[in-house]
This record gives sequence, C-alpha cells and structure tokens, in this order.
Amino acid sequence: MQDPLLHRPAPSDDPLGRFFWQSGADGVLRFLRCGDCGYWLHPPSSRCPQCLSANVAPQPVSGRATVHTFTINVQPWTPGQEPYVYAIVEFPEQDGLRLTTNVVGCPIDEVRIGQQVRVAFVDRNDAYYPVFVPEAT
Amino acid sequence: MSDKFEHDAVISGVARSAIGRRLGRSALDLTVDAAGAAIADAGLARGDIDGICTYPGGSADVTFGYAGPPPQEVQDALRLNLTWFQGSAELPGQLGAVVAAAMAVSTGLCRHVLVYRTVTESSAQGSGGRAAVLGSERAHSYGVWSAPFGGTSPVNWLAPVAMRHMHEFGTTREQLGQLPVTFRRHAALDPEAAVFTAPLSLEAYLAARMISTPLCLLDCDVPVDGCTALIVSTAAHAPNTPNGAVRIEAVGTAARGRLSWDQYADLTSMAAQGASDHLWSRTDLRPTDVDVAQLYDGFSILALVWLEALGFCGHGEAGPFLEGGANIALDGRLPLNTNGGQLSGGRLHGYGLIQEAIAQLRHAAGARQVRDAEVALVSNGGGPIAGALLLTRDR
Ligand SMILES: [Zn+2]
Repeated sequence: MQDPLLHRPAPSDDPLGRFFWQSGADGVLRFLRCGDCGYWLHPPSSRCPQCLSANVAPQPVSGRATVHTFTINVQPWTPGQEPYVYAIVEFPEQDGLRLTTNVVGCPIDEVRIGQQVRVAFVDRNDAYYPVFVPEAT
Repeated sequence: MSDKFEHDAVISGVARSAIGRRLGRSALDLTVDAAGAAIADAGLARGDIDGICTYPGGSADVTFGYAGPPPQEVQDALRLNLTWFQGSAELPGQLGAVVAAAMAVSTGLCRHVLVYRTVTESSAQGSGGRAAVLGSERAHSYGVWSAPFGGTSPVNWLAPVAMRHMHEFGTTREQLGQLPVTFRRHAALDPEAAVFTAPLSLEAYLAARMISTPLCLLDCDVPVDGCTALIVSTAAHAPNTPNGAVRIEAVGTAARGRLSWDQYADLTSMAAQGASDHLWSRTDLRPTDVDVAQLYDGFSILALVWLEALGFCGHGEAGPFLEGGANIALDGRLPLNTNGGQLSGGRLHGYGLIQEAIAQLRHAAGARQVRDAEVALVSNGGGPIAGALLLTRDR
C-alpha cells in the first residue's frame, strides 16, 4: 500500500498493543475481544471494561468500517508532506468501536463522513499500520 | 466549614508578567514577576504565602515551552515557607490547579496559595513554528493511537470534532468564524495585553490559510511567553483584599465517559459535558445567571463545544447562536472572551481567561467591562480533559 505520510512514528513496543501492530502481516485487522461477554476492546486492555473478565484475546474483524469523522491535514508539519486524511472510522462489529487512521487510495477531497471503507495495511517501521480505502461502489 | 469546599476559598489576587511573542526570558524570571505582583494585588506579603500550586509542574516536558518552573524552584527563588505544594498535569483541565488550591485552603492545609501557569512556547518554537517542537520518532501512551497516523498537532485531534459538528448540525465556517472575529474586536479594547488587535473581518477569516480542515490559521490560538499568577486564600481574607476578592461559587471537575480524542461517545461534546453537568449540580445558579463567560479557545471549536456543554444554547445549536456574532458581543446575551481569548490574546493556557473573569467581576476591565457583571464562567481544556469554574463578585 502506497503511504501518504512521510513521517510515520513507530508505535511504542507495548506488550498489550503488540498484536495490533503485527496483525496486518496476514492482511487481517484484529482487536481484543472478551471471551465471556463478547465486548470488543480498543485501545487494548488486559481486562474487559464491561465485565472485568481477563479472558480477552485478539479476534479478527471484517475490516469494513464507516468514516465517523475526519480532517484533511494541510499544514506541512514535515516539509514536503502532501496533505493527507486523518480520520476516525467506526466498525459494524460494535457500537462505538472506533479507530483513528488514514483514508488513502482516493483523492483526498472525495472523503466523506458516512463513507464505507475497508482496511489495508502500510508496512513500515516493523509494524503494519491499518489504513482504510474506499469500498468500490 | 461550608458544605462545598469551594465556598471556603476566594481568589484574592491576580497578576501577570510581560506577555508576548519570543520574549527570550526564562520561565522562572516571568514567574517571579507575576508572583510578586499577584501577592501584592492580594494585599499580602511574601511571608503570608504558605502554598504553591501549578499546572503542569516540573515533571512535564519543558522542551516545548509548555511547562513553567516546578514549585520547588519558585519556592526557592522567593524563599517561601510552605505547608503545601503541588505541580501536576493529571487534573481536570488546567484550572484543576485552582481547584486543588481551594481544596488545600478548605482543609486548612494552608491559607494563601500562589497558583501560577507559565509558558514559553513562543520562544521554544522560535522561527520554526510548531513543527520545530513536534515529531518524535516513537509514539507513546495514548499518542500511539494518533501520531502514527499523522495526528501531529492538537489541531488534527480537534478538527475532526469541528467536521463532525458541521456534519451533524449544519454548523458553518461562517458561524464558527464569529468566535475569532468577535474575540478580535474585544482584543482591540485591551491593546496592552493582546497579541493581535487589528480588526479581523469574516471575509479575512474565511480566506485564511487552512491548517486542518475545517480549521484555518485563525481558528488556532497564538503561542506566547508569559506567566499568570493568582492567589487563592481563605474566604476570611476577602475583606482585606485591596482590589476585591472573587468568590468560587462552583467547580466542575467530573471525568465521565471515555475521555480520549477519538473514543468519547459524542465527539461534539467530549469532556466538557461532564465538567459542565457537574458544575451546575453544585449551584442554584443557572446559565441565564451568567453575565460574562471566558471559555477555553485553544481552538475556536472548543469554545463552541463549551457553549453547548454549559447550556448557553442547546446541543447542536451553537451555530445559530453564533450567527452574526451579536449574542457573544460585549453587549450581547453572553459576552464571551472579553479580552480576546487565546485566539487574539495569546495562549496563556487558560489562565489569561481566569484573569479576565476576575477583572470583569472586580469591574476593572476598562473599555471591555461588561456592565454590572456579577457572575462569570471560566472553562479550561476541552477534548479529553476539561474543568470549569463559576465565579461571583464578592458583595
Ligand atoms: Zn466482558
């Protein structure tokens, strides 16, 4: 996946989040999910915030999401940086399950709230950054 | 003791250092200036000060000019004898330091607390702008969920809030722009203090350089150097203040919902909603009783969110409330950010707003004075942290 960001900081190597940044190796997005009550967790935690069960483990999601809101960053924080879309997407698996990400693979002025997008991965810094591309309509 | 701790404390003094862009002075230098003036303003002497409280405190990263000197440096510089001190960033908004000071006074731990907030962000950024202090190689803590995706500046974290508000409620840039445009008009009445005082038209606002859609350069506050200091004293001291004490009617410190930049259920209200609800639960006064408001405007959208969260208009109705700007003018229903706020007055990180509320309640705001101001609201923060204070004129 072509990366629109020149400067993409590496995620910290936090044991709870390591699975998330490696999940894209097989092209699948995963979040932690409670094995007892089914609640999806993001950001990761070692206990389910709903039932406090410690029985949480990475589970795949479909990778389809809706753009909840976004911004087109225009300011060149990094010299030479193209404008890019910084977005919050929401997943159909659970109300309010959201991820901050980028929408790529289309002209930036075509991104809309409510748009259907699908996960893709940018492989950099020994991590797989989940980004989203518009669903073919 | 009162049944609400905040009634045991008053704000007895306030002052600031020189404020400006790239002053090139040390944070301690600015702090000592403001502290000395605030102590005098409260009718006190150095030996009376037995507490210090600041936001964010010495453990914060001073590299960006975001943090002032830690309490211990101020204690030593002024040779104070303290029974209590605190510097912390984990508070309900920047004014959490004021709340903590009031708690310390109420519990009897100390009688007169020096509260200060010092920034040297303008000097730290130099000619390189904000980019000069951004961009560490590895993202940490909650930043790991934003920085790797180019969420570089707070403007990137808040622009999606503005976008969502516009999407849900039809809010327009013309309506949002009434905040910076009106605040600029107010700033012109405080030429000694404000950074920008030249008239700003709505047309000029709409034509300004975009930073992160829909927020343009004029939606972002101005980094400055400077210190604001205030003295929180026992209520018994109120009659002895030469310039008038200000009562703390209620605090809003609640942390409710998922306090993050992206997970809060309703992104168009965020932490401001919890703080606002909490504040109104601690007083019989209502939003219609407020004569003047100083709402945090690190970005214009934050002041808009506060307007709704505090109940000055309905949720989603800030756009029509702001339309034309009359409601928030000095003679409007809710005179707002009467010193120009941070958008024109400079980012004293909320403390300039507190100082202006005190000036209004003392009826010492000169050309900007709101007639007969008796009740003022101050809010700090926004996004995942928020705090609010309801202040009243001492009668
Ligand atoms: Zn559970």
